[in-house]
Amino acid sequence: MKKHAEFKNHQREIFHFQLRLVVSIGFVLLLLAILLIRFIYLQAVRHNYYQTLAESNRISIVPIVPNRGLILDRNGVVLARNYSGYTLEINRNKTADLEATINQLATLVEITSKDRKRFKKLVAESHDFETLVIRNRLSDEEVARFAAQQYRFPAIEIKARLFRDYPFGDKMSHLLGYIGRINQTDEAQLEASDLGANYRGSDYIGKTGLEQSYEGDLHGTTGIEQVEVDAGGRAVRMLSHTAPVSGNTLVLSIDAKLQEIAEQSFGNYRGALVAIDPNNGEVLAFVSKPGYDPNPFIDGIDTQSWDELNNSPDVPLNNRALRGQYPPGSTIKPFMALAGLNFRTRKPEQTISDPGVYYLPGSSRQYRDWKAGGHGSVNLFKAIQVSCDTYFYGLATEMGIDNIFTYLSRFGFGKKTGIDLEGETSGLLPSQDWKMKRYQQIWYPGDTVSVGIGQGYNLVTPTQLAFATATLANDGVAYKPHLVKEVRSSLGDSKRLIASEPIYDLKIDPAQLQLVKSAMAAVTQPGGTAVYAALGAPYHIAGKTGTAQVVAMKQGEKYDEKKVDERLRDHAWFIAFAPAEEPRVALAVLAENGGHGGSTAAPIARKVLDYYLLGKIPKPMVEVKEKEGSEHD
Amino acid sequence: MTRRQLWLRFIAHLDRPLLLGISLLLLTSLLVLYSADNASWDRPLRQMLNIVVALTCMWLIANLPLHYLMRTAVPIYVLGMILLVGVALFGEISHGARRWLNLGVMNIQPSELMKIGVPLMMAWYFEKHEATLTLKNYFIAALLLLMPIALIARQPDLGTSILILASGFYVLFLAGLSWRVIGVLLVAVIASAPVMWSMMHDYQRHRIMMLFDPSQDALGNGYHTIQATIAVGSGGILGKGYLNGTQTHLDFLPERTTDFIFAVYSEEFGLLGSIILLAIYSFVVWRGFFITGNASTYFTRLMAGSITLTFATYAFVNMGMVSGILPVVGVPLPLISYGGTSMLTLLLGFGMLMSIETHKKLVKS
Repeated sequence: MKKHAEFKNHQREIFHFQLRLVVSIGFVLLLLAILLIRFIYLQAVRHNYYQTLAESNRISIVPIVPNRGLILDRNGVVLARNYSGYTLEINRNKTADLEATINQLATLVEITSKDRKRFKKLVAESHDFETLVIRNRLSDEEVARFAAQQYRFPAIEIKARLFRDYPFGDKMSHLLGYIGRINQTDEAQLEASDLGANYRGSDYIGKTGLEQSYEGDLHGTTGIEQVEVDAGGRAVRMLSHTAPVSGNTLVLSIDAKLQEIAEQSFGNYRGALVAIDPNNGEVLAFVSKPGYDPNPFIDGIDTQSWDELNNSPDVPLNNRALRGQYPPGSTIKPFMALAGLNFRTRKPEQTISDPGVYYLPGSSRQYRDWKAGGHGSVNLFKAIQVSCDTYFYGLATEMGIDNIFTYLSRFGFGKKTGIDLEGETSGLLPSQDWKMKRYQQIWYPGDTVSVGIGQGYNLVTPTQLAFATATLANDGVAYKPHLVKEVRSSLGDSKRLIASEPIYDLKIDPAQLQLVKSAMAAVTQPGGTAVYAALGAPYHIAGKTGTAQVVAMKQGEKYDEKKVDERLRDHAWFIAFAPAEEPRVALAVLAENGGHGGSTAAPIARKVLDYYLLGKIPKPMVEVKEKEGSEHD
Repeated sequence: MTRRQLWLRFIAHLDRPLLLGISLLLLTSLLVLYSADNASWDRPLRQMLNIVVALTCMWLIANLPLHYLMRTAVPIYVLGMILLVGVALFGEISHGARRWLNLGVMNIQPSELMKIGVPLMMAWYFEKHEATLTLKNYFIAALLLLMPIALIARQPDLGTSILILASGFYVLFLAGLSWRVIGVLLVAVIASAPVMWSMMHDYQRHRIMMLFDPSQDALGNGYHTIQATIAVGSGGILGKGYLNGTQTHLDFLPERTTDFIFAVYSEEFGLLGSIILLAIYSFVVWRGFFITGNASTYFTRLMAGSITLTFATYAFVNMGMVSGILPVVGVPLPLISYGGTSMLTLLLGFGMLMSIETHKKLVKS
């Protein structure tokens, strides 16, 4: 009985156990199902997603920076180039003590405190895996010295890189500008304009001048290398390679030699010169004195040099040709004369009598002519030739500011010329509206009188004045001024011309035009204000002198050049085109604090014209003698 | 004795279906290790040595009659406990955990011993009290389980403690712990989760957190999970091909010869390979259950069931961890991951299964 019970008990136990076993099998099947579902999910459903992740893990896209385009002058002279030089770069992953490595390196090649500061900045800005430049532009000797000791520096590599160089230094600075390291502002702009991808790997970008305005052409297209990398970021093999396309070459309309001569002709004067071919708008010379050497800016100029440039009273960083705004003075007179003829305010032969002073009707305020006692009987021709102020006081007053505004804006006054540089200023051509907006004042008749001789509210830039002169020289057919003549692809297989079509034709009456142009030609003839500058020239120069006041004279006060501080002296202007009969070049010259247009600005123009038209290279600067009386403005 | 008779005696106690399944897994191990070690013979050869040693031990255990096996239960368990206490007092610290005991000649990890020792001890205990099982006996068995667990969890070694806890629980379950008690335990575990959480080490919490959002710490604690999941997922249906796994061969996969070896396999052989591997594991587990069902004594039933279920749990936890559904606990993929200790422990277990299968007639008669 007991045995039976035990047996029965045993049977029950087996049954219970087998029940548990079935539950266990169920449990295992559940686990199996969970894994199966998970694998199907990962490997079938989400395969593409994980495949992409795996690919982005293993494939690293390495940008290949293109060579920056060259800048050449119209004759092929190189103005901005790249040269290969050596740098020392540190791989931070391979050194435990960065400071010690640099100190050790400093015993071999010179590492300035500036280099160290720049390196520290780079360390802060960059990722761990990047190699960073500790020294730039090594001399051949330094390269040799380091190469012999390289085994001591496992973390330092010698690398060949391309550097930008501006061989003309300060002579071309204001037109070429410079490149500099891409900063956060540049980065944000590139991202905003969707150019970020093309700048991956690029360290430099055009900051000013043509380097900036033609950045899109000069930079080129970044190449791409797809490299398989391991988890440590080391390249294992190359998967694909797309070669970079070098930046386009800029061929300027600038003549480097002419530019150099123009630059030298200023002597110690500050100022600006813009010379344009009136037949097509090509800018032949573009000078802003003083210039600065753009080369130190490329890798970040040190603070001290920058302060010197920035705080210099000569403001070398200011692009006077593009951004300097000066009263045009008497250089406005040919345009004012055309306006007068256009509105029939004056007939060509009509004369006025100039007693040397002008009164507005019903006013006792004196507007003096520059020549005490006046020029006597003056018609339009003579008014331009001798620069008679009284004639233009009356002309402007009778014509009225509205007509003046309408006519002069056609020549581009008060507007940007659209030259291919960034940061151009628009000058100022005053109007009734403008004055109301600016000063909340109505326009007074006296304001018009000053505008008549290019003083008062009037402001022009040298570029603007050169453009207006070129338009006049070309009989009213205007071409947009441009520094770049053509853009060539790096291989030279295609090129693009810049703006060779006229932008507008003012359709000026030929007779009126002829009168004004011949009067301008007479300016450099005996009796004119710029005789001396044209002496002995085998071609005719049509020109106009001008003086821009730096300090306003009080009523009745007499300006005495010798008593005025040098920097408060008047600015000297000269605009010209030559040959007068068939102009090939038009220019505007400004000599800051130069006094008289005829004696300082015109001789500069003469040297430029002589070289451009005759190929004549001027003798080293000779002191310009001042001839009292005959050359006065 | 003829040569043939010798051979027959030699293989007499080897269970052939089980041996087939195990062999397939071991071959897979060598194959995948060769790839995981970047086509080097170094690891596969050393693994081969581990396998030879472990297979020899398996053969010895398989030939050991069951009453001998039962007799080893108490000494192994006691020795294991002494060593665990020794570890707690004098253990070597490596990677922030105190798991190894330096015996002068060799370093040993006593917790590995307890993977066998604990279920063996519990099965022995239940066998002894088979006739008069009361709740008290289950309670004592549970204590036998929890004492070593407490010591191992303190080391800390979460993976091993969970696996031993599982193997012990399977013994309790198979021994017929009432469903009511299991229900109460389940509720208690869930209720105590917050307490457990507060007792965990920071790195353990991190691993659990990472499970929910590995991208939170993609280069830190989440890195293993993310890279392993990418490897598995990018394998696709057919895999990238043997030796062609990019995650593996470009060093993105960490611990790829040990705990994460499944990611290597799965990346190169795809979903198809994963299913084949699951099939082989299922076959081994099925054979284990078969042996369990046929086992003749209480002790052997409990032991065989626990070994089989623990093996299945091993495989599930590892593959679950590599495919990102379980936290990263240091559990190797059974019979495939590189390593001698776990190989030995597992094959000792299979040796017992074989002994149980091949000695049952003797017991019955």
